Amino acid sequence: MAVSVDEAVSTGPARDHTPPARRLGSRGRSVLEVALLTVLAVVMLFPVLWMIETSIKENRDVYAIPAKFFDFKVTLDHYKDVFVDPGGGRSALSVSFLNSVVVAGVSTVLATVLGVPAAWAYSRFAVKAKKDQLFFILSTRFMPPVVVVIPIFLMYRQVGLIDNKLGLILIYAAFNVPFTIWMMKGFVDEVPAEYEDAAMLDGYTRLQAFRRFTLPLLVPGIAATAVFALIFSWNEFVFATFLTSSDDVRTAPPAIAGLIGGTTTDWGLVAAASVVFALPVLVFAYLVRKHLIAGVTLGAVRR
Amino acid sequence: MSDSVPLTTDRPGQVASATPPAPGRSRRLSDRGLAVAFISPALLLLLAMSVFPLLWALYLSFTDYSATRGGPANFVWFGNYTAILTSAQVHTRALTTLIYVVGAVGLQTVLGFGIAYLISRRTHGRGVLTTLFLVPMMLSPVVVGLFWRFMLDAQFGVVNSMLGSLGLGQVEWLTRQRTALLSLIVVDTWQWTPFIMLIALAGLTAVPKYLYEAASIDRASEWFKFRTITLPLVWPLLLIAVMFRAIEAFRLFDLVYILTNGGPGVSTETLSFHIYKVAFLGFNTGTASAYGILMVLVVIVLTQLYLRYLNKLKEG
Repeated sequence: MAVSVDEAVSTGPARDHTPPARRLGSRGRSVLEVALLTVLAVVMLFPVLWMIETSIKENRDVYAIPAKFFDFKVTLDHYKDVFVDPGGGRSALSVSFLNSVVVAGVSTVLATVLGVPAAWAYSRFAVKAKKDQLFFILSTRFMPPVVVVIPIFLMYRQVGLIDNKLGLILIYAAFNVPFTIWMMKGFVDEVPAEYEDAAMLDGYTRLQAFRRFTLPLLVPGIAATAVFALIFSWNEFVFATFLTSSDDVRTAPPAIAGLIGGTTTDWGLVAAASVVFALPVLVFAYLVRKHLIAGVTLGAVRR
Repeated sequence: MSDSVPLTTDRPGQVASATPPAPGRSRRLSDRGLAVAFISPALLLLLAMSVFPLLWALYLSFTDYSATRGGPANFVWFGNYTAILTSAQVHTRALTTLIYVVGAVGLQTVLGFGIAYLISRRTHGRGVLTTLFLVPMMLSPVVVGLFWRFMLDAQFGVVNSMLGSLGLGQVEWLTRQRTALLSLIVVDTWQWTPFIMLIALAGLTAVPKYLYEAASIDRASEWFKFRTITLPLVWPLLLIAVMFRAIEAFRLFDLVYILTNGGPGVSTETLSFHIYKVAFLGFNTGTASAYGILMVLVVIVLTQLYLRYLNKLKEG
């Protein structure tokens, strides 16, 4: 929309006129484009800035009408409330953050340990109906979580995995394995198979060749893939909210969502908890920014 | 992907021909064993956690089982399916989901491509701009939903506050039927425009510069260049992003749950959210399973289209 309007306005005269007029037109256009980009950037970033601002405002200023943009008192009380219980000791939120670290961490390790060898095998060997298998694997990732959670709930109830960290770890690993395989297959494809062949001519077995020559080259790819799996598990909400209930097991997303349950909501606390929750994700995402396209498309699109 | 497949599969054979035949054959055999040993653990996990639950849901969908009532499940065969497909409630939810998917994905595509186009024309600060624009995409839907709920609050929300200072009236964003669905679309657009932008930008930066230079020599207009060079070359990649987003939007649940909880009334209930209500508030597990299976069928069709197209693009 914005593009076509911009085009229609500025190219009309430029097409028919002499070069000087054209240059002037293009400069005006350039200014317009920068202005448009700035406006869009402000709109996109404002909610994030507003969240950070709310998290350091005193409660009085959080609910001020009209909203206070600059002249508010800075306080770190909300951040203290995220970690410390008003009655002393650790807060329920901080426990949920720890749970999130454990669940996301272990499920990522599991998905990596299962996914990386599978990706290597799919890349290197002639597997029967390879394409179909790979498509099947990726389509399991597209299943609607709300649908999957119904039978999973019944299944977990049978084996006692409801409200259990292991239950969450298993389901997150299952959701991250398809991603890991697709993402890692791209990385393995980039390592020439000749390295392994040469090693095998030197007398190494296939497995040794993989471990000693290919695997070290894959480490950056594995790190990037694991970071994405970590982010997916960390942000996940549906399974977490339906499969866990007690404070000792619950991960951060349902715990933060639980803050708005009652009649009044402490929005300062919600904002502070959200900032604490989102910060590691942003840092990690920045670290893997080179692989962002492959990461967010589940390894399907590569550049 | 596909062009490397013949390469890698031929390789062991070629190597084997260079070495004595006996070890070659045994190595090939062990290759197969290795492939099975490396692939099967991952597939087993998927079978246990994805396929088996779906098969169970398929079984339940033919019964009147209820998770709370317990007791034996009686077969009702296609009763659940006919009930769902003829239910006016379900039709309403399907329409809501359709409006939401088309509205949100459409807006994201236009805005995302627009931003990507503007960024691709900058020579300085591209990296910084891209990084800044990508922030919303990385946030959890919980954080996004909660935060927009606060900003769109009718009383002390910052959006109404800004509208007020501009002299405009207050809007009850999340508590009026029409604006609630609109708010949902806006919030989803805010979060996922960066996704389209990221992929469109990849397509735009891959367009060879000499095409534009050649067009400039012919004194082609900017619009002509955009229409005949930029759009056709970026379109295939953009379509992938759009299809991906459409599948994701179709199964949307968490944002609805947090932002509006389906309300007011049922105006923002998507299909996913309705399944949740049938299963976890109505406790009609059998009906919810049938509902879910129908949704899975739609997702499978969409995914197949998406993967076929992806594959065609990679081969082409």
